[in-house]
Amino acid sequence: MIWNETMECMNREDMRKLQGIRLKKTVERVYHNCEPYRKRMQEKGISPADIQTIDDIVKLPFTSKKDLRDYYPFGLLSSPMSEIVRLHASSGTTGKPIVVGYTRNDLAIWDEVGARCFTAFGLGKQDVVQISYGYGLFTGGLGAHGAVQTIGGTVIPMSSGNTEKQIMLMHDFGAVGLACTPSYALFLADAMKDSGIPREEFKLKVGAFGAEPWTEEMRREIESKLGIKAYDIYGLTEIIGPGVGYECQFQNGTHLCEDHFFPEIVNPETGEPMLPGEFGELVFSTITKDGMPLLRFRTRDLTRLIYEKCECGRTSVRMDRILGRCDDMLIIRGVNVFPSQVESVICEMLELEPHYFINVDRINNLDTFEVLVEVKEEFYSDEVNKLLDLRKRIVHRLQSVIGLSPDVKLVEPRSIERSQGKAKRVNDKRKFN
Amino acid sequence: MLIKQLSVFLENKKGRFTEIARILGEAGVNMTAFTVAENSDFGILRLIVSDAEKAKEVLKSHRYAVNSTDVLCVECPNRPGALASVMTIITDADIFIEYMYAFSNGNKALVILRPNDLEKTVEVLSQNQVELLAINDLFRL
Repeated sequence: MIWNETMECMNREDMRKLQGIRLKKTVERVYHNCEPYRKRMQEKGISPADIQTIDDIVKLPFTSKKDLRDYYPFGLLSSPMSEIVRLHASSGTTGKPIVVGYTRNDLAIWDEVGARCFTAFGLGKQDVVQISYGYGLFTGGLGAHGAVQTIGGTVIPMSSGNTEKQIMLMHDFGAVGLACTPSYALFLADAMKDSGIPREEFKLKVGAFGAEPWTEEMRREIESKLGIKAYDIYGLTEIIGPGVGYECQFQNGTHLCEDHFFPEIVNPETGEPMLPGEFGELVFSTITKDGMPLLRFRTRDLTRLIYEKCECGRTSVRMDRILGRCDDMLIIRGVNVFPSQVESVICEMLELEPHYFINVDRINNLDTFEVLVEVKEEFYSDEVNKLLDLRKRIVHRLQSVIGLSPDVKLVEPRSIERSQGKAKRVNDKRKFN
Repeated sequence: MLIKQLSVFLENKKGRFTEIARILGEAGVNMTAFTVAENSDFGILRLIVSDAEKAKEVLKSHRYAVNSTDVLCVECPNRPGALASVMTIITDADIFIEYMYAFSNGNKALVILRPNDLEKTVEVLSQNQVELLAINDLFRL
């Protein structure tokens, strides 16, 4: 099902025209209302008059995560506070969080794009949806909340945590949809099993998972453990929150709401545009927001864009799976390692639970790389050799995927912390001073 | 005559065995034999208890990974050469022992065996009049 056929299925030429008109308006808005943007454009010697079509976007300066910190809290707003009706902030792990202000119009856009997502997942007004993303400053909870209300579904505003109650209400209220982070979905799958309530007594069919990167293998794990179809909902706090993109039933990439958020792929080092279809850093410009429009925001996510029309009928550009984040990349003994690579190996081995933890340290000037994994209960053996053999196979698989041989440690069941929000899966203890 | 042995995966961390002993004690489960096979990272505790089902259940509820395996318990006289004659029967039948552990008390010795071919071992030992104990025999000692 398609929520907004006009926008989601528009021919590419018309879409580019529309994007051009909207970009031009946005550039005028930030130039006249947001001093840091005006200064930066002036430094580059450009004015709003230089932006006529969407192709002119490459003339504009980039915005980085650092800019959002530097202008904390309200320096990048393009609307007066009297127009701002809501604030959200990212769970900043270092220092100050990143703050985003929404006008009433921005919230309406958010509801609209969110509605496209949940409609694409096959949910509608007859469905009860349990929202187990955290409610609060985090955009996950309220973003999904607005989306489900917009399609007319019934929201269970559960938030995260309180796992037993999650399972009880999911059962008693007959939730058909579940919206949460993929790692919390796995946590809930375990809890569902522990509850002793037979699976057929739950009505759950569809999951809308996002807010953290996950792999195809993790999707299969969630789908088999929860017995549902799992969809990716993509979003970034800086851009709007969940709803920037979504998967359709063909799950061949994430459709982006490009009539609101214009995507580009650039070389992460030079910032030069890549050719269509090439991998690089994803960059977004919001072209309809009023509160805090961002021009060419560097997401640090590595992916590529697919412009071919999708089997589902939508023409909107699709984003391939995110390979990793420029920021998440670990350099261990000189080798680039993405936690997502470790995850894909762990999830594809049927003897292992889909949970892992990476410890990195530097001892005697040598990087250590340890991966903790849990063996599925039925594969713990009475024979040491079988477990040592399994460990050897894990090391071998990781070595072939990453090009680096980690110390794999088998740990007791459920001893790796299950996250209820964004999973923390890496501890890098190295000090670089 | 097959005996259910439980195996529990343990990380090499202080107090793991103490906890298992406490859990089983509180559940009123008695242990008759156990051994730990270990390496630098983890250990596998193998144990024979009075009530394998109950032990498995309580350990699982404490989130231990527990599996059960069938093993054999051979009784032989506690004197030089007695074990050798039993083992010769097994080896001559081309059976491989994955692991074994034993204890002796008075004039008897008990040997727990995990052969690669359980059925064949039972067969050759019975043919040679070697006594195999059942779980009840162990708790009557």
